[in-house]
Amino acid sequence: MTAVITGIGVLAPTGIGLEEHWSATLRGKSAIGPLQRFDASSYPVSLGGEVPDFVTKERVPGRLIPQTDHWTHLALAATDLALTDAGITPAELPEYEMAVVTASSSGGVEFGQQEIQRLWANGPRHVSAYQSIAWFYAATTGQISIRHGMRGPCGVVVAEQAGGLEALAQARRVLADGARIVVSGGTDAPFSPYGLICQLSNGLLSRATDPDQAYRPFDRAAAGYVPGEGGAIVIVEDAESAARRNRQPYGEIAGYAASFDPPPWSDRQPALGSAITGALRDAGIQPSDVDAVFADAAGDPYLDAVEAVAISEVFGDYAVPVTAPKTMTGRLYAGGAPLDLVDALMAIRDGVLPPTVGVRALSADCQLDLVRDRPRKLRVRTALVVARGYGGFNAALVVREHNERRV
Amino acid sequence: MAERSLDELRELMIASAGVDEDQLKLDGDILDTPFADLELDSLAVLEIASRVERDWGVPVSDTVANGLKTPRMVLDFVNDRTAVR
Repeated sequence: MTAVITGIGVLAPTGIGLEEHWSATLRGKSAIGPLQRFDASSYPVSLGGEVPDFVTKERVPGRLIPQTDHWTHLALAATDLALTDAGITPAELPEYEMAVVTASSSGGVEFGQQEIQRLWANGPRHVSAYQSIAWFYAATTGQISIRHGMRGPCGVVVAEQAGGLEALAQARRVLADGARIVVSGGTDAPFSPYGLICQLSNGLLSRATDPDQAYRPFDRAAAGYVPGEGGAIVIVEDAESAARRNRQPYGEIAGYAASFDPPPWSDRQPALGSAITGALRDAGIQPSDVDAVFADAAGDPYLDAVEAVAISEVFGDYAVPVTAPKTMTGRLYAGGAPLDLVDALMAIRDGVLPPTVGVRALSADCQLDLVRDRPRKLRVRTALVVARGYGGFNAALVVREHNERRV
Repeated sequence: MAERSLDELRELMIASAGVDEDQLKLDGDILDTPFADLELDSLAVLEIASRVERDWGVPVSDTVANGLKTPRMVLDFVNDRTAVR
């Protein structure tokens, strides 16, 4: 069994749809700006990456709008794009062979805030019955499953930003167990007053007000990250199934590993490096086989140094091109790593690495060959995607071009 | 108090459950069409019951709500209760 990606649906600050997102990304056009979804001007964090021109009723069935959170709306829309891209009509496939595994970081916080306000202002009878299903992490997976009649193994992974890779790894396991296709990836929608306040508590968000200086991972002046909404939904399928349908995959999920950091009071080292080496081992490749790394890029001086050291220890100083296109969208939480995976697949397709924007001077702790400001032409056969989640989650995933002889 | 009409209930159903603009199932005579056939699941019926209580002022317990299977049953329940007052 080889897990390949045959469909991509992007709903990102950089654009709706794969090509719109990818061309904006190659232009190095940042989508970070003052938040529009609510007035955040009086909050300590007021910048974000928002999906532009998303008209919910044009992309989500009317019945599902009052029943689900914005985060689910984004995922339902992305799923439609991914299924179309993969050439899949769910009604034509056996319902128990279609699975759904998504990631979620915070669930439906905006929906939840709205209903809690109704509870306190007007009383219990004013709380929507849909609160019971809209807020919790599995809502998106459940709604995709119901909408498309996908009754195979379904689940949700909650591991902050690392969850996006964990979901793809789980999708691969589900395929190995016999599913035919898996709708996977993830989205998040962190922009409500309550949602933003919850994020502030990690102390890692950028308080900058100038979008050009707000999120500068690996820079001497790194001072936090900017949050963003959206993500990507992909169709993961067994290579044999894709071949039977005459679909050329974008690439394959070749390896994966996860690790968990020791607690802050431990004197043991962070465990990111073992996730990276584990993913390479799982893919059966050497560090020299990796053409590019899509970094987690936390934007925090300590976390950036941890990642840079982990990359240097595995690959050598300045030994592999590293990029962080998420500098244009902000960190999308559960949607971040799936979007990085999409960018890695596009790098394989087009032979070009997307840029990292906003970095002026690399920190002395970060001895990385960072692709800055402009795309870099490069034949990419194999890429590594790194993702970390708040609280100690580390994940690494190897994606490579799909060679049919390897099936 | 005037009796509640199917049109008023239709509006309330749309507000409760959302509806597609090209979704025509709520048009026409649906008085005896089971909610399930209108693609309204048990949660949607609970939401309709909540709105009947807060917008129309007729309390609907969860037990009663569970027994409401068609628009006519909702209207009969509401109008019987209003008539007693």
